[in-house]
Amino acid sequence: MLLELHNISKIFGSGCRFCLEETGEIADRAICPRCHSIVAVNNISLAVEEREILGVVGESGSGKSTLLQLIYQDCGASHGEIYFNGHRDKKGNKRDILSLAPAQTSWIRNHEMSMIYQNPHLGLNFNFSAGGNIAEKILGSGEKRYDVIREKALYYFGKIEMPVSRIDDYPINFSGGQQQRIQIAKALSSSPRLLLLDEPTTGLDVSVQARILDLIKALQYEMGFAMIVVSHDLGVINHLTDLTVVMKNGSLVEYGLTDQILEDPQHPYTQLLVSSKL
Amino acid sequence: MSQNSVTFGFFDEDAKKEMRRAMLKAVALPGYIVPFASREMPIARGWGTGGLQVTLSIITEKDTLKVIDQGCDGSVNAVNIREFILSVTGVRETTATPDATIIQTRHRVPEYPLTDQQILVYQVPTPEVLQTVEPDTARQKEMHANVDYAKLWVLLYEDTSQFGDSRIAARYPVQVNNHFVMDPSPIPKFDIAKMNNNPALQLFGAGREKRIYAIPPYTAVEPLKFSDRDFVVEDFTDTPCERCGSRGVFLDEVHLDDGVHYFCSDTYHCDTAKEEAANAA
Repeated sequence: MLLELHNISKIFGSGCRFCLEETGEIADRAICPRCHSIVAVNNISLAVEEREILGVVGESGSGKSTLLQLIYQDCGASHGEIYFNGHRDKKGNKRDILSLAPAQTSWIRNHEMSMIYQNPHLGLNFNFSAGGNIAEKILGSGEKRYDVIREKALYYFGKIEMPVSRIDDYPINFSGGQQQRIQIAKALSSSPRLLLLDEPTTGLDVSVQARILDLIKALQYEMGFAMIVVSHDLGVINHLTDLTVVMKNGSLVEYGLTDQILEDPQHPYTQLLVSSKL
Repeated sequence: MSQNSVTFGFFDEDAKKEMRRAMLKAVALPGYIVPFASREMPIARGWGTGGLQVTLSIITEKDTLKVIDQGCDGSVNAVNIREFILSVTGVRETTATPDATIIQTRHRVPEYPLTDQQILVYQVPTPEVLQTVEPDTARQKEMHANVDYAKLWVLLYEDTSQFGDSRIAARYPVQVNNHFVMDPSPIPKFDIAKMNNNPALQLFGAGREKRIYAIPPYTAVEPLKFSDRDFVVEDFTDTPCERCGSRGVFLDEVHLDDGVHYFCSDTYHCDTAKEEAANAA
């Protein structure tokens, strides 16, 4: 297994011992009635294989993005463990990556995992040029030779079908779709094992959406990284993923092959979601 | 001591102790920025109060003081600070680099090699090297702790890709003892090499920003540079000083009515070189 999540929870607020029981799928709420904490992710266990593409669907506020942020360690989890890419402690036991020192966490983020955000402002530094943004990730992985960095930046800039003459332009001078593609180049420049995509095409027009999805798919096929795609757009999920999980109120309500879930949804919420598809 | 006179070194002993503690911490963690309670001085903040406070808290009766401003002993800032320190300590003053035990400097390292009996005190306007790339002080501390300087390297990458080399002429970021990256104060790139493995203790005081940091004697100081690019410094090999004829030292470019002239920035070096040339002739 490339990635394993064991009973991961994230509670925003003071939290009490009833939080996890009194929220989630059966309770049908995400706010604890006793302490009024928000349980964004409620006791989720998941596994992702090498090269696998997992989709996460659910309505707004169901905890999809928080789940990705927990994996990428943009925020810390309240409970649970995450095992990733065979990281082990000195005794050879699997090591929970949530308990690593900051330097090791940033090592993982620079070498093995990348994230593409819905809003390019989160994923890109707008004070740096497009090439500088890509270089930041390569520099973070310890490369200190300018020629190698420049060559890599140009290579990935070409990979996302952008004219290389624009590599020293600033993100503000690119369109939304182009900014999203620069994010992809930045994310891929460290040759990650796992790519996390948080609503990668929301807010883009449909023709640009289609091209970016095709690009991601082609690069995944070529480079062989695993992906977790968060989206509320079932078209995106259908196009990209092999497996899908459905989230509601912070809990997993359904898990299965993507076409199975879209053709024959079992959970009432998934049925509602699929039937609401335009 | 009469009631109206000030204590030796202007500060009371508690103030000196506070600053010496900050300095001890700074020396223990080469390149790490230590906050201190910067005090009101008889000169305005931003005019060398950091260096002045460092000097006054370490100076003793046995010390010999030299103060330079851009290499010059005679400029207004240097003279004012030297006169003030002399008036509150009564120590000996000198312009000769080898005779001084404490050298307070603004933006230059003396040309004459320092010894392990000397202390070099820098006046620093902006101590935090990450300020330009990360305005959040909490994040800056984290980045220092994790030796995460990717953002500084990106600036270097961008300059190299657009201009062929870094555009920074002064205040070039340096890595101390293979850990902290620090601002060397606005000394020219030419002087960076002199910081590396220097026998003298180097202390940095920023009065306005209330920060002290240090490079202990014989500590590795390396400029940030790509491993496949050279660190290019100002080159004066083809232009000798017009006054003393020195080559290979840092020169000032002086624009006069009859054109551009070049003179040594370090006045002590210029005077001694001129004397030597006269003796030889």
